[in-house]
Amino acid sequence: MTTRLVEGSAVVAEAMVRAGCRFFAGYPMTPFTEVLEHMAESLPRVDGVCINAESELEAVGMVWGAAAAGARAATGSTGQGLSLMQESIAEAAMAGIGFVVLNMARGQGDYFQATRGGGHGDYRTPVLAPSGPAEVTELVADAFELAERWRNPVVVVGDYYMAHTWVDLDVAAAVPDPPPAPDWALDGSSGGTGSAKLVSPLGTTKQRDGVGYDLAAHYDHCAQRRQAMTEGIAPRAECLHTDDADVVLVAYGTMARYAEAVVTACRTEGLRLGLVRPITLWPYPSEIVAEACAETKVVAVYENNAGQMIDDVNLALLGAAPVVGINGFRTDSSAFGIAPDVTVENLTASVQALFEQYG
Amino acid sequence: MNRRNNDELRVIATEHAPDDANQVADFTPGLIDVGEHHLCPGCGEPIAIRAVMDAIALLGLADTCIAVFGIGCSTAFSNNLDVEVLQALHGRAPSVATGVARVHPGLAVFTIQGDGDMANEGLQEVLHAAARGENIVCIMLNNGVFGETGGHLTVTTTIGQRTKNTLDGRTAAEHGHPMRIAELLAQIDGVGYVARGAVNDAGNVARTKRMVVEAFTAQQAGLGLSFVEILTMCPTGWFVPTDEAPDYLASTLAGTHGVGVLRSALEPA
Repeated sequence: MTTRLVEGSAVVAEAMVRAGCRFFAGYPMTPFTEVLEHMAESLPRVDGVCINAESELEAVGMVWGAAAAGARAATGSTGQGLSLMQESIAEAAMAGIGFVVLNMARGQGDYFQATRGGGHGDYRTPVLAPSGPAEVTELVADAFELAERWRNPVVVVGDYYMAHTWVDLDVAAAVPDPPPAPDWALDGSSGGTGSAKLVSPLGTTKQRDGVGYDLAAHYDHCAQRRQAMTEGIAPRAECLHTDDADVVLVAYGTMARYAEAVVTACRTEGLRLGLVRPITLWPYPSEIVAEACAETKVVAVYENNAGQMIDDVNLALLGAAPVVGINGFRTDSSAFGIAPDVTVENLTASVQALFEQYG
Repeated sequence: MNRRNNDELRVIATEHAPDDANQVADFTPGLIDVGEHHLCPGCGEPIAIRAVMDAIALLGLADTCIAVFGIGCSTAFSNNLDVEVLQALHGRAPSVATGVARVHPGLAVFTIQGDGDMANEGLQEVLHAAARGENIVCIMLNNGVFGETGGHLTVTTTIGQRTKNTLDGRTAAEHGHPMRIAELLAQIDGVGYVARGAVNDAGNVARTKRMVVEAFTAQQAGLGLSFVEILTMCPTGWFVPTDEAPDYLASTLAGTHGVGVLRSALEPA
């Protein structure tokens, strides 16, 4: 094993190349920018293509085309840029075109954007949330598998901390070849055969079949596929010391790593604190959260925003335990989500107050 | 000419061509699955689409091409072709085609959009694709209105033209100036071929088909982005009788958007 010290963004890029991503398009925006830089450097080495698109609209359009042409493809951005991509992400789900979207958020104010999406129509996107660079490789690979399996965009959520945390990366292992293109992908060869392929968000029945586009039938089909996807993806979460916990924290992403440190600190002092860390933000691990919190006195949701995931925790618990949000932390003047209040000490103090309140 | 006597005359079954028949022409639209369409009477888009498909058949590109369709009236053909089709969103076809072409650089990737789609919703897409030198063919069917919504102002609507939101005719003061898209593209480095055709008469249809052949020829030669704008009739959106639409095209649309080859990197034939 040969390791190199790299920033988290390089780990994300390396994970995508190893997962078979051979087409990437993006528009610079912090902290997505560094991923784009690393992809621009990495992809040509494996005969892949990285395009510095002229807008996020164009980036996601390019990825739409590359994915339909059979490549493992990805794009991404940060809040505003992802807002611009929502139309294409929503319609790609209707067209059955799968690709990976990196939501390299700043803080955690884009939880709703990631998990609900801002697009139109009756669609959902699976969302995976690594807690740091160490988990990125596995979850990025999972994201491409899900995108291909369900022919649906899949979101991977990162943040400013994850993008800029420097870690050791194993650079010795050979890069595997990408998998072959799926059967439905376009390569031109079915033209002139009497049954040329069609990939469209409006349906796949052709006029020669006496049907043409039948939106009602197509949307029914999309709804069935969405239902199968919902049931077919096992929700994932990691539980820490929840068996005997009086207080359970729920946190995802980088914030969960702070929460882990708080659990260790509280346990040292004899305070029975547990942690549930959702890994799939959609489908949300509601049953795991409910089970982990079944005996607890209070559930504390720790997120670097004014309270978004707390809605999902409430839906998971349905009133079985009181749920309070530990959030509202200030962000610094950069607005990059580098919340100066996000410290193990501050979080520990908040948790200790809960122990006193709920005894 | 030998004239047979009556005894030798026979009835020829017309359900199938006789075995000894020598076919000299096929009037079945090449690579178009179903000949009938649901577009308005007098619409120019089916003629334009046929010109494109005939060019592809002529160049033998049927199994090495991928069409990327935009959203508009011409979307009626995206599920009616015997070439591979990828449907894009309104305004997005050049970017989508870029993704396809970068994955399959050897294929003839082309887009079909209307003027509302390409020039209003997604103008920057084709401009940037051109500047990047994407080796694709972009076709814009220009009827000067949003046809699918029933005849509304686009950026190519000519001065004086009546649309549903310029009832007394477009004026520069109120509604701005029309943009000439082919001229705009012709000045961009990275473009291999730019032309504007029309389908209002047989001569223009033949010229337009030749332009499309040249555009794909340039694409096959790797000369960068090729662009063909095709002026098409929209009597419904123009509020003119169907049989007057070809002349209306010549007098109105073509007056602002002149027909011809604007740029070609092809070697002269």
